[in-house]
Amino acid sequence: MKFLRDFLDRQQSLFKEGGKLEKYYALFEMVDTFLYTPGEVTRESTHVKDSMDLKRLMMTVVVALVPCIIFAMYNTGMQANLALAKLGQQSAFGWRGDILSSLGVAIDPYSFWASMAHGALYFLPLLIVSYMVGGAWESLFAMVRGHEINEGFLVTGLLFPLILPPTMPWWQAALGVSFGVVVGKEVFGGVGKNFLNPALTGRAFLFFAYPAQISGDAVWVAADGFSGATPLSVGYAGGQAAIESSFSWMDAFLGFIPGSMGETSTLACLIGAVILIASGVASWRIMASVVIGAGCLVFLFNTVGSSTNTMFSITPGWHFVLGGFAFGLVFMATDPVSGSMTKTGQWIYGLLIGCMVILIRVVNQAFPEGMMLAILFGNVWAPVIDHYVVKANIKRRMIRNGQ
Amino acid sequence: MLEAYLSLFVKSIFIENMALSFFLGMCTFLAVSKKVDTAMGLGIAVVVVQTITVPTNYLIYNFVLKAGALAWAGFPDVDLSFLGLISYIGVIAAMVQILEMALDKYFPPLYNALGIFLPLITVNCAILAGSLFMVERGYNFGESVVFGVGSGTGWALSIVALAGIREKMSYSDVPHGLKGLGITFISVGLMALAFMSFSGIQL
Repeated sequence: MKFLRDFLDRQQSLFKEGGKLEKYYALFEMVDTFLYTPGEVTRESTHVKDSMDLKRLMMTVVVALVPCIIFAMYNTGMQANLALAKLGQQSAFGWRGDILSSLGVAIDPYSFWASMAHGALYFLPLLIVSYMVGGAWESLFAMVRGHEINEGFLVTGLLFPLILPPTMPWWQAALGVSFGVVVGKEVFGGVGKNFLNPALTGRAFLFFAYPAQISGDAVWVAADGFSGATPLSVGYAGGQAAIESSFSWMDAFLGFIPGSMGETSTLACLIGAVILIASGVASWRIMASVVIGAGCLVFLFNTVGSSTNTMFSITPGWHFVLGGFAFGLVFMATDPVSGSMTKTGQWIYGLLIGCMVILIRVVNQAFPEGMMLAILFGNVWAPVIDHYVVKANIKRRMIRNGQ
Repeated sequence: MLEAYLSLFVKSIFIENMALSFFLGMCTFLAVSKKVDTAMGLGIAVVVVQTITVPTNYLIYNFVLKAGALAWAGFPDVDLSFLGLISYIGVIAAMVQILEMALDKYFPPLYNALGIFLPLITVNCAILAGSLFMVERGYNFGESVVFGVGSGTGWALSIVALAGIREKMSYSDVPHGLKGLGITFISVGLMALAFMSFSGIQL
């Protein structure tokens, strides 16, 4: 690897101040620090030293997302293959069908690799669009404003396609990621300075701008002419009984259900949660309090009951494995930038999100997948929660020290 | 009965939030949201003013201004509803004046912190809109009290949340051209996006 280091060192003078390519220093810096630990050290007074820098933190999140990504491709392909088999189709539609048949991959929902290949043809293009378009904005802002291209985008760009339905048109994904990166993050100065989660901002923008492509029954399975409702929208129509008759709890837990690509598998999200908590990247307080908040409110709704709204009767066990609950809980609510930062604040913030998600799911018929909006709502309140927690701390210490 | 009041209350706070779904009262909303504590003070002032003015205006509308409202005084044919706007504003101005004197006497720090913005509540469109909505939607007296409290609380909550975000934003690195009001407008837009989770709830 020595030659690579030498090569970068030789190019460095071009990008340094006064060099020919000075404007593009951000791009050089990105490649350099992506491959190697930065050579700069602190020269001023004492500072906190930790091996866990921003770069490693973001990479840990990417690693924790790997189970979700693999499962996203597998399940997307499997759902599509199942639907095609049901429709009596022999091959997939359009260019995906051409690629699959030229590779000799059959439409077989029971073969892991056939499903994987089919799903990858849905997931990878969206991932590439998200990285390319979002990355272009990120580099543009970095070059013009003279800040570094941050690894935070690596996570945002990966989270974004995972929370989209597989049938999302590419241009809409490009628009969504642009909105998320530019309005949700870059206008505030980049990673760590925004107040809403950029990936969710982009998703919410698409949700309200193009409701036809991101909600309804026809969008969740990647096969034309097949309408596969998500369990939550089934729940609206017929309550718990209807969900149980079409899906088994175990399938929902493992993720063999229609839905946004990365969100279906609670198990994959739990594996990610273990990695994030063990490495100390995500706050277990937020995760615990979201679950507690949601659980309590579901219990309340179950007890109260309702004769008109069938969602009242759905039990906590089902709520936790359906929709984006697990994914949002593990990867979105715990976002260290947009969430609460004080420890007490994290409990309150989590409870707020937990209650909101159940409230939106049960009461608001328009948005079955409530997790996204609940987290955005929590993000809005996080700074205020922190403000009052800090103020209470100051007050307590004043009293303790008799000032 | 109680259920209807409760759902009106929730509706006026969240679903029909004065600031984030009608974008009313923007001038004060943007100007006094730099600090959480001041925003909280102003929010409370708005709740108080709203709670008093909406029911008061209800009484004025129903017993003086509405067509045939003066029947109790022996003028069943008189229709004074064209005086609506000016009467509501007059009531609001009087209430704010009283509130200002009370704050000056009992809570001087809050009075000083609110400064010019307290008299400005007089011309805050969120307050006037509260009364106009009440008339347009034909609320009864109980409903107008609940609506006054609810819409004021909703506005107060939004301004406190915005102030929290703006305090946090002092660590942000906003492009030069967007500093100040520009980024605040963008933040309010994003907040409204998050508040859209409530739109479409049928209560």
